[in-house]
Amino acid sequence: MARYVMVIDTRRCVGCMDCVVACKTENNVPEGYNRDWITEEVRGAYPRPQLEIRSERCNHCANPPCVYCCPTGASHVHAQGGVVLVTHEKCIGCKGCLAACPYNARFIHPDGYVDKCTFCLHRVTQGLQPACVSVCPTHCMHFGDLEDPQSDVSQLLQARAHHALLPEAGCQPHVFYLT
Amino acid sequence: MPLELTTTRHNPGIDPALHVWGWEIPVYLFLGGLVAGLMIIAGVRLLLVQPRERQAMVCCTIGPLVGLTLLSLGMLALFLDLSHKLYVWRLYLTFEPTSPMSWGSWILLLVYPALLANTLTHLPETVPAAAKRFPVLVTISDFILARPRVVIGIGLGNMVLGVALGLYTGILLSALPARPLWNTAILGPLFLFSGLSTAAALLHAILVMSFKGEYRPAFADFLLSALARWSHGRAPDPSIAPLLSQADNSFLTVELGLLMLFLIGMVTSAAASQQAAALLLIGPYAAPFWVLVIGLGILTPLLLQFLELQNRIRHTLAPAVLVLVGGLALRFILVFAGQESHWLRAASLP
Amino acid sequence: MPALSRRRFLKISAATVLAAGVASRVTRTFAAAAGAGAGTSGVHRIPTFCDLCFWKCGAIASVRDGRLWKIEGNPLDPLCRGRLCPRGTGGIGAYSDPDRLRTPLIRTRERGEEKWREATWDEALDYIAERMQRIKAAHGPESLALFSHGLGGTFLKHTFKAFGSPNIAAPSFAQCRGPRDVGFRLTFGEEVGSPERTDIENAQCLVLIGSHLGENMHNTQVQEFATAIGRGASLIVVDPRFSVAASKAKFYLPIKPGTDLALLLAWMHVIVTEKLYDADYVAKYGYGFEQFAASLVPSTPEWAYPQTGIDPETIRATAREMARYRPATLVHPGRHVNWNGDDAQRSRAIALLNALLGSWGREGGFYTPASMDVPDYPYPDYPKPAKPKVDNPDHRYPFAHEALTTGIRDATLTGQPYPIKGWLVYATNLLQSLPNQAETIKAIQQLDLLVVIDVIPSEIAGWADVVLPESIYLERHDELNVELFREPFVALRQPVIASPHDQKPNWWIARKLAEKLGLGAFYPWQDIEEYLAYRVKEAGLDFAVLKQNGLIRGPRQPLYFATGAPAAFGTPSGKIEFYSPQLEKAGFDPVPKYVPPVAGPPGAFRLLFGRAPVHSFSRTQSNRILSDMMRENAVWVNAGVARRLGLKSGDRVCLKNQDGVVSNRIAVKATERIRPDCVYLVHGFGHTSRGLRHAFGKGAGDAQLITRYKTDALMGGTAMNVNFVTLEPAEAV
Ligand SMILES: Nc1nc2c(c(=O)[nH]1)N[C@H]1C(S)=C(S)[C@@H](COP(=O)(O)OP(=O)(O)OC[C@H]3O[C@@H](n4cnc5c(=O)[nH]c(N)nc54)[C@H](O)[C@@H]3O)O[C@H]1N2
Ligand SMILES: Nc1nc2c(c(=O)[nH]1)N[C@H]1C(S)=C(S)[C@@H](COP(=O)(O)OP(=O)(O)OC[C@H]3O[C@@H](n4cnc5c(=O)[nH]c(N)nc54)[C@H](O)[C@@H]3O)O[C@H]1N2
Ligand code: SF4
Ligand code: SF4
Ligand code: SF4
Ligand code: SF4
Ligand code: SF4
Ligand SMILES: [Mo]
Repeated sequence: MARYVMVIDTRRCVGCMDCVVACKTENNVPEGYNRDWITEEVRGAYPRPQLEIRSERCNHCANPPCVYCCPTGASHVHAQGGVVLVTHEKCIGCKGCLAACPYNARFIHPDGYVDKCTFCLHRVTQGLQPACVSVCPTHCMHFGDLEDPQSDVSQLLQARAHHALLPEAGCQPHVFYLT
Repeated sequence: MPLELTTTRHNPGIDPALHVWGWEIPVYLFLGGLVAGLMIIAGVRLLLVQPRERQAMVCCTIGPLVGLTLLSLGMLALFLDLSHKLYVWRLYLTFEPTSPMSWGSWILLLVYPALLANTLTHLPETVPAAAKRFPVLVTISDFILARPRVVIGIGLGNMVLGVALGLYTGILLSALPARPLWNTAILGPLFLFSGLSTAAALLHAILVMSFKGEYRPAFADFLLSALARWSHGRAPDPSIAPLLSQADNSFLTVELGLLMLFLIGMVTSAAASQQAAALLLIGPYAAPFWVLVIGLGILTPLLLQFLELQNRIRHTLAPAVLVLVGGLALRFILVFAGQESHWLRAASLP
Repeated sequence: MPALSRRRFLKISAATVLAAGVASRVTRTFAAAAGAGAGTSGVHRIPTFCDLCFWKCGAIASVRDGRLWKIEGNPLDPLCRGRLCPRGTGGIGAYSDPDRLRTPLIRTRERGEEKWREATWDEALDYIAERMQRIKAAHGPESLALFSHGLGGTFLKHTFKAFGSPNIAAPSFAQCRGPRDVGFRLTFGEEVGSPERTDIENAQCLVLIGSHLGENMHNTQVQEFATAIGRGASLIVVDPRFSVAASKAKFYLPIKPGTDLALLLAWMHVIVTEKLYDADYVAKYGYGFEQFAASLVPSTPEWAYPQTGIDPETIRATAREMARYRPATLVHPGRHVNWNGDDAQRSRAIALLNALLGSWGREGGFYTPASMDVPDYPYPDYPKPAKPKVDNPDHRYPFAHEALTTGIRDATLTGQPYPIKGWLVYATNLLQSLPNQAETIKAIQQLDLLVVIDVIPSEIAGWADVVLPESIYLERHDELNVELFREPFVALRQPVIASPHDQKPNWWIARKLAEKLGLGAFYPWQDIEEYLAYRVKEAGLDFAVLKQNGLIRGPRQPLYFATGAPAAFGTPSGKIEFYSPQLEKAGFDPVPKYVPPVAGPPGAFRLLFGRAPVHSFSRTQSNRILSDMMRENAVWVNAGVARRLGLKSGDRVCLKNQDGVVSNRIAVKATERIRPDCVYLVHGFGHTSRGLRHAFGKGAGDAQLITRYKTDALMGGTAMNVNFVTLEPAEAV
């Protein structure tokens, strides 16, 4: 049983949005919609502010309210790597999962069904990295299996301080940010 | 330390603030609660009244009859909200135990027959015309009434399903902890009692409209005479009007108590919940909340119906209308403010 | 010129061997991809190189079922190392842009009214040729000027030279890197070039003066920057704005805009007086160090403090930090350095600081680039122009070694030293890239002919008599990219997909125009593949391999003095000139001297500008994919100032400059990331061309507000950070 995670090094990330562009082209995300996006967090005052830039997306939570609330089973946890997916043909568009996600990671596709980050499972199953990871010019994104202690994601989380988003929401997010 | 949070995301309906649910869901939740109330009252009355007793008509027949219509309207609203409508049948290919919506859709499936059974039990004497045209109605009614067990079953069934439906309309939201305002179990009982109060109010209104001559609000004349002509029905017995007002007041009191608990719970917990409560107490939703929900929706009708019971004033439509409006406002405000409440929101620049 | 003599030339044998080696490597890489991509049948991957900016990263475009799908980096390419920047990744948006020019257009109304009639290519080119001949007859061929930016202009330049005009310029000199190149030539006798020869990857201490890597997305630089950060290299960032790079810095110096030269002098003062410099290196390669050192005596950190706002202790600490890691300390030369008019001298100071640290020719400093030897195509000799270039009469700017766009503009306005009557503009939006739009428009009014070759209806196209629609880079061949870089290579741009309408590639246009001008003899080749194949063959390389892989790499050459790169300097003294007799002779400071920047009107903010990672200048705002990343720019205002002005993020304002020019409405970004005395805009927004339906009026244009500029006395560069704005309330819509 693999457990896929993303580990993003905020020290290297420059917020260039290449990950967002790549997702758009790889997955035909319609104009005006985002599966991933950049958040810029500035703390403190000039001339000594601190800036954290994060590439954000669905956190493929281990405790996913979006899945729990789905009345049709369209939102589900995929056997491979615990990735949270939406089966378009099962989705009725009740939007419960949108309201259930504290990260607002989902959106209603113009075609009516709910869409979101898939961790590019279609690529991963082909032995490729997710599109956003594979394009990142600063090599700050890492994708892999948390169950495998040798994987660089495991190693990085071992070696370096990190945090995930909104732990207080209790979803057990699986996208981690190295600080 | 100042915090500056910006995002490049701009998903429609999500940014800058979540707004995926419009008027449909509040209306659906309102009608759902109302019908739940009607079922519970119908069930209770069904168990209490003696066969062939005239009072049965308002609560056990007219109520459920109206319930069936309102429920269908509610379902329509729900359907209109779906963004992938053609796949709605997917709801009934599965049961998702963790999903209140799945529970709801199955409950609704049972609610129809229950309401129908309750209606049929006393239909003949309520609408003799229908009975004449379709003798089978009489047969059914006789069949049911001849079997106390069945009557009890129908009564209990309506009560149980009513409670389930009422709670569900609240749990639907409280199962979405991502929105701090909904992140409380009180929403279930709150919506249940709000449903009961609106139901009692509605029935009370129906009674008031069928009062004798000068006691009845003028505009009801036309309505009733029309109905009467069609059904050859006899006017329902007004004697339970005070009973309904009384019931309504107790429901309203409980509802008020629950609302207070709800707000206290919010204000005394995490920052996100406090900000959420602030939306209602002092924020953009404060005015409608205090005026429509608390003032006009609960306190005023409480007072009016108190006076009615004291026979200081006549029974009028006023309290009923106010309660119904208040109940609807409550759903709108909680659904809209709830979507706006959030854990952490980043500003999006162009 | 010595720079040339130093390029390693590739032996044919070596090339063929290598080509084979690469071929096998590539088939493997692609096999892997194909194996992985199994299932995605009908996907064709065609290598080419990117043109969203001038870095020219190797790219592989995927066409799925005949439709353009995506573009990825070519793993073989040493520039991008398999990863494009966001603009490159979004390149397909340039193909699908619905606002693209579709057919040749001929003006029907007044210039600038953007009123056209569609024309055939023959009609349009006849029209152009006929008017070019008229101008030639009346004033001589020199009275036609070509503004051309980027590789795509190669063949038009050829046609122009054949026609007899020496007046060819690009904004990449006087508006971009010119001062830097001059500063470094004066010091090391050589330029840093593009791609810059900066060894960021191996730097242990990196100093960024303005250079906003991470927002400036020049791919290799950003990748190496991230590597350096990852290694924990010490980073010093000097910027009035808390840039992305600044957020990663060990030392962030919030400098007062325009005072960097004072800081540089103070740094050198500390390094010299504390004897922290590389004495052997200076002794071995340096010239005139004593005079240089003497002139630094007054430039103490205490002196620099009031100028720069950087306290003396920080100045000393950072100077020592640099010395601590030398020679692996890289003081980045920057690229767009036209800031305040002291730019060539400031760049020279940067060169000198690097010289003190001994970083030139050393690992972690400046490496020695190499390119492959690909012979030119044997053309007939060009006619000798009867008149000298028009842009720099009697060397008014003695150290300008490239043509000045603004010089040609001046000549067009004044008719001096001789009139310019026709402009041909290729791939440069002069109204967005030259300072003072009014001057450019006045110059245009003097013209008998303005031809613009573009892909979208840019501002400059709006003023043209004839607009020619070019195929975008994914639809055409171009000149080879024979890169002078860390490791030599030759790259091929080849069509990935057909042009959607009646667009044509630059080589076809240039060739057709030449024919119509009776210069057919200058185009012995019929088709560009013939031309490219010839050059590649002459270089001893295999064109088939090039087509299959997109590029062919040459053998690495020694990068540093220590590993065999010759330590020769193209200066008159043959040494690193700490003291410059050249400058002295020309009447300039032989060692840079600080001149305080022009001050603005009270209450006004200095207008700064720069890059956003997802846009290139003014060329990508109508690219639907990239505009989806950033639709408009916002004006950065210090949070405290914003509070004082009662503004919050998202509020709309207009910017009004010192000359009363008022910008579009623009959103405020109230932020703790900028000094209170300046505001910041991302360049390239606020389009005024109605043809750009999507980009029109979105955000505000810095170009519009840059009515003033200060010309660099050494080389004619136009400094643009000398404008000031106030924030005016914009009535809500
Ligand atoms: N995404 C993207 N990347 C690009 C380009 C693009 O269009 N888009 N263009 C490419 C080209 S051709 C070039 S030339 C480069 C330009 O990129 P750079 O060479 O980095 O250009 P700068 O003018 O240094 O960048 C502006 C920065 O200088 C700061 N600055 C302004 N005034 C001063 C000052 O007085 N002192 C100091 N220390 N800093 C100051 C600004 O705050 C801003 O951070 O970018 C290249 N990369
Ligand atoms: N105000 C201000 N001025 C600046 C700068 C700044 O930051 N602010 N930056 C300066 C710098 S560093 C530089 S390098 C210059 C850059 O100046 P320019 O090279 O003029 O850059 P752009 O404004 O992008 O103009 C490029 C034009 O070429 C067109 N184009 C794009 N691709 C093609 C193609 O394939 N074929 C043809 N025929 N046309 C094409 C685009 O549509 C656009 O109209 O600007 C300089 N001027
Ligand atoms: S591509 Fe990489 S560096 Fe750029 S924003 Fe995304 S994660 Fe950050
Ligand atoms: S991030 Fe949101 S959508 Fe993704 S799994 Fe967690 S809750 Fe669900
Ligand atoms: S919108 Fe679709 S995926 Fe989301 S909960 Fe409803 S049915 Fe499930
Ligand atoms: S993993 Fe794939 S789907 Fe998710 S953000 Fe990255 S590219 Fe988009
Ligand atoms: S740096 Fe970006 S835009 Fe420029 S060539 Fe490379 S990929 Fe293209
Ligand atoms: Mo530039």
